[in-house]
Amino acid sequence: MLNGRLGAITPTLGAIGFLALWWLISALKWIDPILLPSPVDSFRAAWDGFVGGGLTKDFMITVRRTLSAFAIAVAISVPLGIVLGSSQRVYSSVEFVIDFFRSTPASAMFPLFLVILGVGEATKIAVAAFGASLLILFNTAYGVMNARKTRQAAARVMGASSGRVMLDVTLLESLPQTFVGMRTGVSFALVIVIVAEMFIGSTDGLGQRVVNAQMIFNMPEMYATIFAAGVLGYGLNLLFILIERKFVHWGGK
Amino acid sequence: MSATTVVRLELAQSAEAAISIRGLCKSFGGLPLYHNLDLEIPKHRITTIFGPNGCGKSTIINMVAGLLPMDAGEVLFAGKTLRQTVIGYVFQNYREALFPWKQAIENIKYPLKLAGRSREECNRRAEELIASFDIKFDLRRYPYELSGGQQQLVSIMRALAPNPEVLFLDEPFSALDYEMTLFMRDKLQEIFQATRTTTILVSHDLEEAVYLADQVLLLTRRPTRIAEIVPFGAPRPRHPETLTSDEFVRVKARCLEVFQREVRK
Repeated sequence: MLNGRLGAITPTLGAIGFLALWWLISALKWIDPILLPSPVDSFRAAWDGFVGGGLTKDFMITVRRTLSAFAIAVAISVPLGIVLGSSQRVYSSVEFVIDFFRSTPASAMFPLFLVILGVGEATKIAVAAFGASLLILFNTAYGVMNARKTRQAAARVMGASSGRVMLDVTLLESLPQTFVGMRTGVSFALVIVIVAEMFIGSTDGLGQRVVNAQMIFNMPEMYATIFAAGVLGYGLNLLFILIERKFVHWGGK
Repeated sequence: MSATTVVRLELAQSAEAAISIRGLCKSFGGLPLYHNLDLEIPKHRITTIFGPNGCGKSTIINMVAGLLPMDAGEVLFAGKTLRQTVIGYVFQNYREALFPWKQAIENIKYPLKLAGRSREECNRRAEELIASFDIKFDLRRYPYELSGGQQQLVSIMRALAPNPEVLFLDEPFSALDYEMTLFMRDKLQEIFQATRTTTILVSHDLEEAVYLADQVLLLTRRPTRIAEIVPFGAPRPRHPETLTSDEFVRVKARCLEVFQREVRK
């Protein structure tokens, strides 16, 4: 009985502990309360921000940018990854380029994109799309390349043409890996969008809100915004896991 | 006339071969595996293939089934090419051969859909198979929700769905436990008796190779040749008691003798 009840709250113990520690530190003033306001103040700031303080607006702007970048990345990378992955030779020839740019911090590309696209919406979305698309690209290509040969053979022996094998087997085989790429891709797009909002002449978005709060020393507001960004990142990841479970029910089995 | 002679006569009478292999050559990394192999596989019989490790038991059926290219040679199915022939193939690794994104029943219907059959035809044929296999479990489940034996049953049903002229099985029961293996052998026999589909089964288990066979094809070490074709004429359906019958013991001993001779060479 006790075990059952404890079992139900186990997953929340860490969060409760974290909040308790935060509250304790701020209540005992171990850290200057100006730097670390109490959890209550911070959550009140989050509440006020979401209800009428513009946090909702900035939140939605960041969501829109992240999802736009992600959509562009998927539209380019999934088809391209399938094409590259379906020929070992083609992939080998571009593997170095993909790996190189995947390993290059996308944030280092900001100046370049600024020069090309100017200080606007396009630059933020483009850099995020660039980074995410490489992640999705190589995951999709690997998924296609590592499709089980037995399943392709099974379809072939039943009389499937190469087109049918691709459509009926290889694409579905690659889906679990493609989803891994999409999940890391969307998280990555969010990171880049937030950074872009902080530094490249932004007037809105969560990144800009964090920096503004910090500059006017509105700490509760800053923590509230960080919290909102965390909710967004966690939510996107959760959303993708749920979509993945629904569409790739055979994954890992 | 002994039972063996009767079978020899029968084999001779069904003169038209289901499969004729002519001048088949295959090398791996410069080492010849098969050189100029000629072989006829009789119609409406179960031919089992047995031989030393690495002699290319699976390789030969993979080449015949078109899964692996030959270096040279020709394979005809009752005079037709592979393209003109409907074949069924059961893989050893059912986990990697079934489509996990399709329900078991959809796996079974897949070759029919490929052949452009209508939905009604697919359903009718699936019902037929379910009846003849006496399937008791729910085929609307996904392959990964089924036991190993059930998955391999689904694989065999899928291979048989388009009424193939030849059924290939590559060590189909080697991943199953003994109880399931016995069950599957008898199921396969039952289906064979009902359909008389020409069947080629690769096995690494001599008992199984003899038990199921009308003829056992014994291979040599590489470069691989046919060591001997040993007929086994015990009446069907065969039972576990067949395993202790004089004829079975004699045929198995003969196969073992040839096998050991080849391994020691």
